[in-house]
Amino acid sequence: MAEAGAQAAIATAASPAKASAWRLRAGPANAVPIILFLLIGFAAPLLAVIGYSFMPPRTFGLWQAPTLSNYETVFNSTSYISFLWSLGLAALTVILLALICYPVAYGLARVFGRWSTLLTLLFTIPLFVSENVRLYGWILFFIKNGVLLGTLKSWFGIEIESWLFTEGIIVLGMVYVYLPFMLFPMTLGVSMVPNETRDAAFDLGATRWQVFKEVDLPLSMPGIIIGFLLSFVLAVGAIAEAKVLGGQQIIPITHDIEIAFTYAQNWPLGSALAVLLMLVIGALVLLVLRRFDLDVILGRR
Amino acid sequence: MTTRSPVIELRQITKTFGNFTAVHSIDLSIGESEFFTIVGPSGSGKTTVLRMLAGLESPTSGDILLRGQRINDVPANRRPTCMVFQSLALFPHRTVGQNIEFPLKIRDVAPAERKQRALQLMVQLRLPEDYYGKNVTKCSGGERQRVALARALAYNPDILFFDEPLSAIDYKLRKTLEKELKDIHRETGKTFVYITHSLEEAMVMSDRIGVMRSGRLVQVGTPNEIYTSPNSKFVSEFIGDVNIIPVRLNGSNKLHSDDLGAEFVAPGMPNGFSAGHLVVRPESLRIIDRREDAENVLTGKLYNEYALGSRIQYQVRVGEQVFIVERLRQQALNKQRDSDVMIGWNARDSILVGD
Repeated sequence: MAEAGAQAAIATAASPAKASAWRLRAGPANAVPIILFLLIGFAAPLLAVIGYSFMPPRTFGLWQAPTLSNYETVFNSTSYISFLWSLGLAALTVILLALICYPVAYGLARVFGRWSTLLTLLFTIPLFVSENVRLYGWILFFIKNGVLLGTLKSWFGIEIESWLFTEGIIVLGMVYVYLPFMLFPMTLGVSMVPNETRDAAFDLGATRWQVFKEVDLPLSMPGIIIGFLLSFVLAVGAIAEAKVLGGQQIIPITHDIEIAFTYAQNWPLGSALAVLLMLVIGALVLLVLRRFDLDVILGRR
Repeated sequence: MTTRSPVIELRQITKTFGNFTAVHSIDLSIGESEFFTIVGPSGSGKTTVLRMLAGLESPTSGDILLRGQRINDVPANRRPTCMVFQSLALFPHRTVGQNIEFPLKIRDVAPAERKQRALQLMVQLRLPEDYYGKNVTKCSGGERQRVALARALAYNPDILFFDEPLSAIDYKLRKTLEKELKDIHRETGKTFVYITHSLEEAMVMSDRIGVMRSGRLVQVGTPNEIYTSPNSKFVSEFIGDVNIIPVRLNGSNKLHSDDLGAEFVAPGMPNGFSAGHLVVRPESLRIIDRREDAENVLTGKLYNEYALGSRIQYQVRVGEQVFIVERLRQQALNKQRDSDVMIGWNARDSILVGD
């Protein structure tokens, strides 16, 4: 037995080519479970949605003759209004987030020192609570006779119309919900700018504003771009803000998709809308990434 | 050395960070067109001094004078000074040309004129012309040094500061760049203030050297003065290999070493000297055959020898103490390890210092 083992060992040692071939296969072999998981959990649903978008309207089978009639329906309908609302609200949210988050990110990265950890924690804690619960909190705050208007009325005798169920309140909700997704990549971006590089620009005669424009902004651009993309993609997919805070006054595209899948029981139409949304967002993201090559910004290429 | 009119002066400069005093009441005057180097170990406060000179840090107390004008409150971007940083602090998102042109762009110089000046500086600093459009992150260490210096020169400052820019560069290239920097100093006629932790580097380039220790300037002088007459054990050790013997003055006006149990003839003695250190440089210490060959003599064992190129260094052990002796290669000693050797020196070749 021991002799056979020894012989096997000699045989293995004598054929190193065979051993290394096995080692090469070990990598792909280890990747198999995760590949399977991604195929079943990620690629398959996506492919199913794409597949459904080509099925006849109001059917539930995936193996029928493909048709473009769902896309025809979409292009002949007023869905573009929902698309525009979604993109418009998301764009506005991202712009407001950028304006709010840059100074905070700058503070977290450079000014607040050891308080930064505490502040970061405070920005993170709301994420532990469900988005819907937080939005209903805002309702209590803004509703007629609620925290804000009730206080104004009983303490100062001021009566104002509630801002609930307006576009403004939807944007407020979206800015509030997606703030961390802009703030944290931005903070990382700002903290990547070396102090000596800023000092050097200042020492070479640049004013504070020129230092910001020539050094801070371009060098923190990777973080800013990632924050933009992350919060934009999430904000285009937003639905709860318009439903809860907007009182369904505005129907974003995500709401249309939900209606098609649930109330209307028209999966192929919902799928077509979802595919179009993915194409629009994908195109925008690719456009941004082409314009701002992160590697070039970082000087890696 | 001729006295130059001072271009920048520090008067009683102190800098504290919280409870920590980084710089203790420094007085220093640097002359027009001088190459002045501040040397000290890390944490000695030399970078803080330089940052205050550049305007990137403001002194807690004391005055900084530029040609007699107090400039404490003038920020870095309005001082006629420029700094080459330890990290070089080049702009990684810009090309070599854009980096060099940065100070000109800030001053709204026309693009054509900017480019002309940048190319001129590139020639002066031996950077190939086709590097103009090259990404600065793709340059080698030495090329980046030159870009950083070109960028600083483009600002056309009266005084250039250097914060250990050569510390991350390998020995051979560093030696080349040290000499190039001295040439640039000569060509431009500007005042250079350089900081380093290497006294060897300082010796090569400087007109004068200031040695810093724990936030204090302990000695200022020409490289020769620092080398031949250090005023403390700290400065003498900083220069490199050196033999130091703790001694005290005895009744017969000679120096006594308790560790070695020996008595030495003293060189010129500071006033009121009672105890300190006797410093003998390796090249002043000789291996001798007869006791009469030197005024001070010790006997020990040859422990090891090291070839240093043109010279050979010998380690001789006397009791617990190790002595370093250097000889020219041509005078190599032909002795076995552990053989008895006699070492000696004359009083005038030694220096007596305090702590």
